[in-house]
Amino acid sequence: MRPLPPTALALRGLKVLILNTVIALGITLFDNHSFGLNLLYSHCIGICIWCYIEGANFFLVDNWQKHVSRLIFIVPVSVVLGYVSGHLLTDLILGTTSFQYWKQTPRMAWGMLFVSLVAGGTICWVFVSREQLAAERQNLEIARRQASEAQLKLLESQLEPHMLFNTLANLRALISLDPARAQTMLDHMIAYLRATLSASRAPAGGTRHTLADEFARLHDYLELMAIRMGPRLQFTLDLPDALRDHPVPPLLLQPLVENSIQHGLEPKVEGGRIRIAASADHGRLTLQVQDTGLGADPTRLQGQATPSPGHGFGLQQVRERLATTFGSEGAMLLVAAPGGGISASVTFPLKT
Amino acid sequence: MTVATALIAEDEPLLAMALQAELARAWPALQVLRTVGDGASAVQAALELAPQVLFFDIRMPGLSGLDAALELAELWPPAHAPHQPFPALVFVTAYDQYAVQAFEAQAMDYLLKPVQAARLQKTMSKLQQALIEPARTAPETIANPVTDATLEATLHQLRGLLEHNARVTGNGMSTPPALPRLQVLQASVGQQIHMVAVSEVLVFEAADKYLRVLTADREYLLRTPLKDLLTQLDPDEFWQIHRGTVVRASAIAVVHRDDAGKLSLTLRERHDKLPVSRLYAHRFKAM
Repeated sequence: MRPLPPTALALRGLKVLILNTVIALGITLFDNHSFGLNLLYSHCIGICIWCYIEGANFFLVDNWQKHVSRLIFIVPVSVVLGYVSGHLLTDLILGTTSFQYWKQTPRMAWGMLFVSLVAGGTICWVFVSREQLAAERQNLEIARRQASEAQLKLLESQLEPHMLFNTLANLRALISLDPARAQTMLDHMIAYLRATLSASRAPAGGTRHTLADEFARLHDYLELMAIRMGPRLQFTLDLPDALRDHPVPPLLLQPLVENSIQHGLEPKVEGGRIRIAASADHGRLTLQVQDTGLGADPTRLQGQATPSPGHGFGLQQVRERLATTFGSEGAMLLVAAPGGGISASVTFPLKT
Repeated sequence: MTVATALIAEDEPLLAMALQAELARAWPALQVLRTVGDGASAVQAALELAPQVLFFDIRMPGLSGLDAALELAELWPPAHAPHQPFPALVFVTAYDQYAVQAFEAQAMDYLLKPVQAARLQKTMSKLQQALIEPARTAPETIANPVTDATLEATLHQLRGLLEHNARVTGNGMSTPPALPRLQVLQASVGQQIHMVAVSEVLVFEAADKYLRVLTADREYLLRTPLKDLLTQLDPDEFWQIHRGTVVRASAIAVVHRDDAGKLSLTLRERHDKLPVSRLYAHRFKAM
């Protein structure tokens, strides 16, 4: 477990002391011992139980979110151990022996153990659920911040200056060479820019974006790139009619296609092909981006080592978006094809 | 106006066409000999055709424009065709603020895409001047073709560009913080990791994806790119002599010059003969 900050630990301790006092008061109401004696027993037992639980947490629970179920063992064992230790501690302080008490009033002793179990369980449950709530709130905050950061970066990577200026230069060249084609190129560019801007502004899952929309935007992008790269780039888009209306997160595939072009096909002297396809099988949707480009160093593909713009950010972004939209049901797979090139595919449940 | 020849290296066909069209308007007498789409072809075509002006796109597949220029400088025969000076270089880039800064600092010409007629005109007059100047002072150039003035000037500028690039791309935007000097290298050999003291290293040599590290009696392979390691070596202790070679200066025994004027060197404790790139040849001048 992550070490608890001292202030939080002290606060917990204070709560334990208060609870101990309340228990002592309660016991005094139907018990013929003095309040002072009950208070001493209660604190000794309570503090011992608390120490055992904290200790066990520290050594046995690495991750609150994942290992919370371990408390089912930790709490009862800690309570029983704490109960016995608390008694021994009281005996040490008072110079008495509690075994008499066990012999004389066993029912009372068992009752006290039961009270301790309930109290220990309750207080643990309260602490854990409160802390989980706080952690969830914190995670939500982090996720929100990451999402807005990702939006900005998405925009930044799509409107990467080099891509933008090269495209504009091509457009300028076309205007004098082939005005009709220039117009088509401009249309693709407008559609592409509109999609990029709205994708970077739309709240996640806000507007309904279908696979047909997604493929149309990829088509715009590929048309732009095909004009720029000339015969060095060939592409095919393969979308079965049955899947056209299926909703997908906007521009989910864009980073994968961009990676293919930027790191696979653009640096390859003879260029190559890119194929984008959608298919459904066993209730899962698979979207695949395949290229015949240079392929890549798998370490670089993972994108952890080099955070320079364009490298790895795209993949990380696709992963994050899959995770936020589909949780553990979404998956991304990157395979280096034996003949060169990369095949990237994302899968997620067909229903939304 | 004299007829001049040019070569265009640009991977985007439309931009190549556009540049050629702009050139035809701005400088009708300029004859574009060929247009190629990647760095390696650019080097080959330049050697074959020996044009007077090169328009090199910076981002090209295979070899970048800068790398192509370096390789061409390396391969340019000292007595080319038969007294052809090294071509004037104009780099073309769509967007690269650092590159632009670098070119301005190196007084090398560059064009931003899309190429503007007015800007091109400026480049043209600069080029014409450069092409006419050496023609007038030709006797000296012919008299000593080995110390080709334009090549030397180009190399000087490329050297500056590379240094600028290293500074800029070394670590983000501005000057990277001085990295601590490397003391020990960790080279994995089978299941073991060998610790190699940098003080024992004689040569670093880039080989494919690896970096060969040579000591007096052993050889190790590292996965680190030479570029990353260079920033952590003492530049007074280790000299770069080639794009892929760095040697310990104090280990150099002899520097040889062959008939073509190319330099190579041998080390005291190893017998390998290491070629010295023209780019770094300026280091070796007798005192």
